[in-house]
Amino acid sequence: MSQATIPWIEPVPEKRVAMRRKALLVLFGGGLTALIVGCVMLGVFRALPDQVGTIVFILAGVLPILGGLGLIPLGLLNGSVVLTTLGFAQIGIGALVGGLLKATPIDPLVVGVLLLVIGPIAAGLAMLTAAGVIVAFKQVVQLLLMRWTALILFCGGIVSIILLVWAHAFVFRYVAQLANDTTLNTSATTTFGGDLTIAELSTRFSGNWRPVAFVLWPLQFGLIRDLIAMGGVIGFISIIPLYTIWWERKVAGRIQSRLGPMRVGGWHGWAQSFADGMKLICKEDFVPPEGDGTLFRLAPYLAFVPAICAFIALPFATTYVFRDLDVALLFILAMLGIEVLGVIIAGWASNNKWSVYGAMREACQMVSYEIPMGMALLVPVMTAGALRLTDIAKLQQDGFGSWLAWNNPFCLIAFFCYYTASLASCKRAPFDLPESESELVAGFHTEYSGFRWSLFFFAEYAAMFAVSGLAVILFLGAWYGPLPLSWAPAGNDIASAVVRGLLFDGPILFILKCGLLLYVQIWIRWTLPRIRIDQVLYACIQVLLPLTMLVVLGSTFWLLFDNSAHPAFESFAKVVRGLLSLVGVVISIAIAGFIIFGFVNRRRLVGTLAIEHFPGS
Amino acid sequence: MNVNTWLEPIVFFLFAGVVLFSAIGIVLTRNIVRAALFLLGTLGGVAGLYFLLMANLLAAIQLIVYAGGTLVLIVFGVMLTSKSPWVRFAPSRSEAAAATTIGLVLFAALAKIVTGIDWTVAAHPADQPATVRQVGNLLLQQYLVPFEVASVLLLVVMIGAAYLARPEN
Repeated sequence: MSQATIPWIEPVPEKRVAMRRKALLVLFGGGLTALIVGCVMLGVFRALPDQVGTIVFILAGVLPILGGLGLIPLGLLNGSVVLTTLGFAQIGIGALVGGLLKATPIDPLVVGVLLLVIGPIAAGLAMLTAAGVIVAFKQVVQLLLMRWTALILFCGGIVSIILLVWAHAFVFRYVAQLANDTTLNTSATTTFGGDLTIAELSTRFSGNWRPVAFVLWPLQFGLIRDLIAMGGVIGFISIIPLYTIWWERKVAGRIQSRLGPMRVGGWHGWAQSFADGMKLICKEDFVPPEGDGTLFRLAPYLAFVPAICAFIALPFATTYVFRDLDVALLFILAMLGIEVLGVIIAGWASNNKWSVYGAMREACQMVSYEIPMGMALLVPVMTAGALRLTDIAKLQQDGFGSWLAWNNPFCLIAFFCYYTASLASCKRAPFDLPESESELVAGFHTEYSGFRWSLFFFAEYAAMFAVSGLAVILFLGAWYGPLPLSWAPAGNDIASAVVRGLLFDGPILFILKCGLLLYVQIWIRWTLPRIRIDQVLYACIQVLLPLTMLVVLGSTFWLLFDNSAHPAFESFAKVVRGLLSLVGVVISIAIAGFIIFGFVNRRRLVGTLAIEHFPGS
Repeated sequence: MNVNTWLEPIVFFLFAGVVLFSAIGIVLTRNIVRAALFLLGTLGGVAGLYFLLMANLLAAIQLIVYAGGTLVLIVFGVMLTSKSPWVRFAPSRSEAAAATTIGLVLFAALAKIVTGIDWTVAAHPADQPATVRQVGNLLLQQYLVPFEVASVLLLVVMIGAAYLARPEN
């Protein structure tokens, strides 16, 4: 539904118009000035490479001090506290920077470029962007309300994020390659312990490309690359919950013959989660006065931080991994285990009976599901003979038949055991006992509101993605496509890289597979009724646990015989593997068929009233 | 000068500080759930020190078994057994004296052992990869008997616990 006018937006009052004009003036003027200063400084650095040290010292050390000395009497005479403070601050900064420059053997080029070129340019660009947003806000909103632009923006955003990640991976690899390049790396050690100096780096870039060296220089340090990568990981974990929640609400709506969010953002309410996030941040921050305030405030972080930490060891593809730990699997399980503690503490610290019941149920549940979950994961680990997730993944690169889920019958059973236990570990229905909103109000997060409340949801959805990721890596062929990797085009050109990345090997395939498992989790949540706590304990301890023990025992014997020492059994195992892969094909086609059937018939499920209001849905 | 040479001591003192701070917290707090949470700090800090030593397996096991499993069991046990989940410690003077004595004796013994050992390491521990495989091989070959004895002990404890928890009939 495209709209030319937005009737519910009232005309802006005059006072706000004037304020907006002032803000625009400051942003535009300041941004342009900063940009010009940055460009001039860049020119100065490029023209006078020899006197750079002196110039930097004068500009960053002496000038602020002089300015400060001038400002202080001015402020004192006019009685202006702001001016006086500004003067003292300038003197302090000037003395600090000047002292640092004189005292430490820092490459003046680096400091100069970082301080006097990149700083003003970045600030100028940021200010101009902010001004642009203020000017174009109304137009942007109008554009978003036309549904196809919203869809295009949404898809464009996804593609550009993928390209951004790819570009970072490319640059990091290039920098690592430069650092090992012996023709460039002539001096033994440089400032900060890096391998390359700016001068060495800039010999690689001629003429106008020389500033590139300044950007690449900080990236040679593993620490800085790690910080950037960590930023990427945190960004990913922030986006995943936003979109999984939106998706869950859409799927839930369809399952319940509704439409789900439709308004915010234009196209199928794609910005609903952002709007909800804004609302949550603005909400009252409530801490129960009779509860344990400190622990109440701490608990959401205790749930959220381990969920992020799990992604430290979770690989998205062979090289797309933050830390390729040799005990990655154990590490992720440990982090998921610590997350539970946050939930328990949250329930306890709320000083509320519903919350404590939720916390106790979570503790009960954790004690019961964790052992079957670990035992089920033992099966693929034994089959692969490795704990490093990238090693386990490497075994599954020969197409659909080599995926570990159909390696032997025990693996297939272990997969379903793991998936059931992982539902319990994410507190997802039918195991959402700690929350159970129909009996415990909201369980452990009854007393939470606003941002702290949303942290629990970030943690839950991040954990959902992490357990799905583990299932994909350990059972469903990791980041490899259903076709053998050896069929992939080997060329170095962009076309074959795209084909490889989309069909054979790469983080996109991994995220798609995880998305499928997330979808099944959502499906199960909105289809199955919640079971009682004693039924959860019964299911996990008396059914799943003996079953996984049998599976572990069985797969041990299977592995004992499935090798070249027993040719008869080996050929039998091959036949079984083929049959099981056929079963896998049938299951995959069935799930895909259900999804397509549901999507094609989605309008039939929704009531006529909704279709009248949203004809295109 | 490598980045790691100045970063390593900082991280070490960070983790050591967390361990010490939360260990003192365990002793001083009267609130049993807070004590459990401080215990998480101690165990997590020790796991961090293990990671710093490149002993990834030990760190992961520490996190799974102690920080993840045992700690939840402690909190769970407190909530189940006490009359109210908001229970507080009230140790008597004699209990405090006994705890102090035991603590001091333990500290003296540990200090004696730590100062008596020759700590020179053969090579940089980070240069030895694949700790999991080595640990597995050692446990199932050289130290098979102690390993099995430990597992039998655990089995006995489990059967005993199941016997105690069984209903009377």
